[in-house]
Amino acid sequence: MTAVIIIVAVIVLLLLVVALMYNSLVRARNRVDNSWSQIDVQLKRRYDLIPNLVETVKGYAKHERETLEAVTAARSNAIDAQQGGDVAQQAQAENVLSGALKSLFAVAEQYPDLKANQNFLQLQEELTSTEDRIAYARQFYNDSVLGYNNSIQTFPKNMLAGAFSFEKREFFEGAPGETGPVKVQF
Amino acid sequence: MTDSGAATSAQAVARTDFYREIRRNKWRTFVILAAFVALIVLAGVAFDILLGFGVAGVIVAFVVAVILAFVSYFNSDKVALMVTGAKPADGPEYRRYHNLVEGLCIAAGLPKPRLYVIQDKAPNAFATGRNPKHSALAVTSGLLEIMNRVELEGVVAHELSHVKNYDILASTVAVTAVGTIALLSDIGLRFWIFGGRRRDSDNAGAAGAVLAIVAMAFLVLAPLAAQLMQFAMSRKRELLADATGVQLTRYPPGLLSALKKLQTDKAVVHHATRATAQLWIESPLDREEGKKGSWLNRLFDTHPPLEERIRVLESM
Repeated sequence: MTAVIIIVAVIVLLLLVVALMYNSLVRARNRVDNSWSQIDVQLKRRYDLIPNLVETVKGYAKHERETLEAVTAARSNAIDAQQGGDVAQQAQAENVLSGALKSLFAVAEQYPDLKANQNFLQLQEELTSTEDRIAYARQFYNDSVLGYNNSIQTFPKNMLAGAFSFEKREFFEGAPGETGPVKVQF
Repeated sequence: MTDSGAATSAQAVARTDFYREIRRNKWRTFVILAAFVALIVLAGVAFDILLGFGVAGVIVAFVVAVILAFVSYFNSDKVALMVTGAKPADGPEYRRYHNLVEGLCIAAGLPKPRLYVIQDKAPNAFATGRNPKHSALAVTSGLLEIMNRVELEGVVAHELSHVKNYDILASTVAVTAVGTIALLSDIGLRFWIFGGRRRDSDNAGAAGAVLAIVAMAFLVLAPLAAQLMQFAMSRKRELLADATGVQLTRYPPGLLSALKKLQTDKAVVHHATRATAQLWIESPLDREEGKKGSWLNRLFDTHPPLEERIRVLESM
């Protein structure tokens, strides 16, 4: 009789442990998904800021059409790439956009009136911090992936991960030398 | 670090290093908490030798200390913000401050804390609140003035780390332990002096008398030891927050250069008291380097010396 009770108790305990481990794996995987979508939120914020910036700069620097058009084109390319869903292509388009913005701000240096414009300064601050946020969101995504991959690959959760097909996730890789948060000083 | 090759290899070292630094500091906190438990048990034994109801004494002291500490724990943010005169950071001039915090919160996966500013020339900052959902961050106007974006980010990341690491809870636990020991000591010594002493210790002979003296000496010294341990823990949590902060920004030079600026600034925060000292990014009280030199003085510090923190960051 006591043997039966002990066996039942052990089975119940094991099931409980398995359930808890399973839940923690699901939570870790959801966090990875959520942190991935956070990156898109920040990217979208940048897309929304750019038309304003282009309009403001236009008012002061009409002769810089090429630079302005490059930014606008890079923006719509990046939006297309985001909707396309190819991660490598999207990273590429984002890099082009960052470069175009950088040269726009470099050009703005030559226009003292523009640099004194309150609206421009505000947009500059917003864009700088959005660049930071994009970098931070990617960092948080990678941290989440690290935590998730660690837990599906280490004992004892790796047994569960195999049984319930929790797949290893890939890190977000920036361009070479661009893996850290981008520190842009305008 | 003159060429890019050296820079990347230094970054590779940094990645592993702050993880190790974080683990090491968490372990140190655990050791100190274990020492607190041991100290409470020993104080209980000493109490028992003197008065004969050690278990009851420990329970009473512990319950009282828990109630006191947790009342202050739930009101920690309100009290700290009130006594420092912090005002909500509303208005366009604080846009950069808000943006920085939002970015770092994304990196840390934390909700955004309420933001406050203290009108004070001395550069300093603190975080408070019992958990990430109820957290608040305050910086002085002096800090916003002298720090550039990257440095400010380093400081804010350090403060957010206090929130992320539940340091307010950790210090509440320490305060509880210190309170328990102080109460045990107080009650024990008072009863013993005013004749409530254990009957059998009166006629237990020389051995009993010696034991009683040892127990009494222990109860006199225990509160001091507990206080020193509390300060030691506070210092370790500061180092931990430095390391976790770097984990957020992935950029040690930011906090490093901020700490160096703090080092050259000698102003003292007006609204700081001994009671709030352990909240700040650096000790808001004595800033004279000469005074900090002695080993004995360091024991009573809530923060490790800036030189030591800079050295640790430079190795990252």
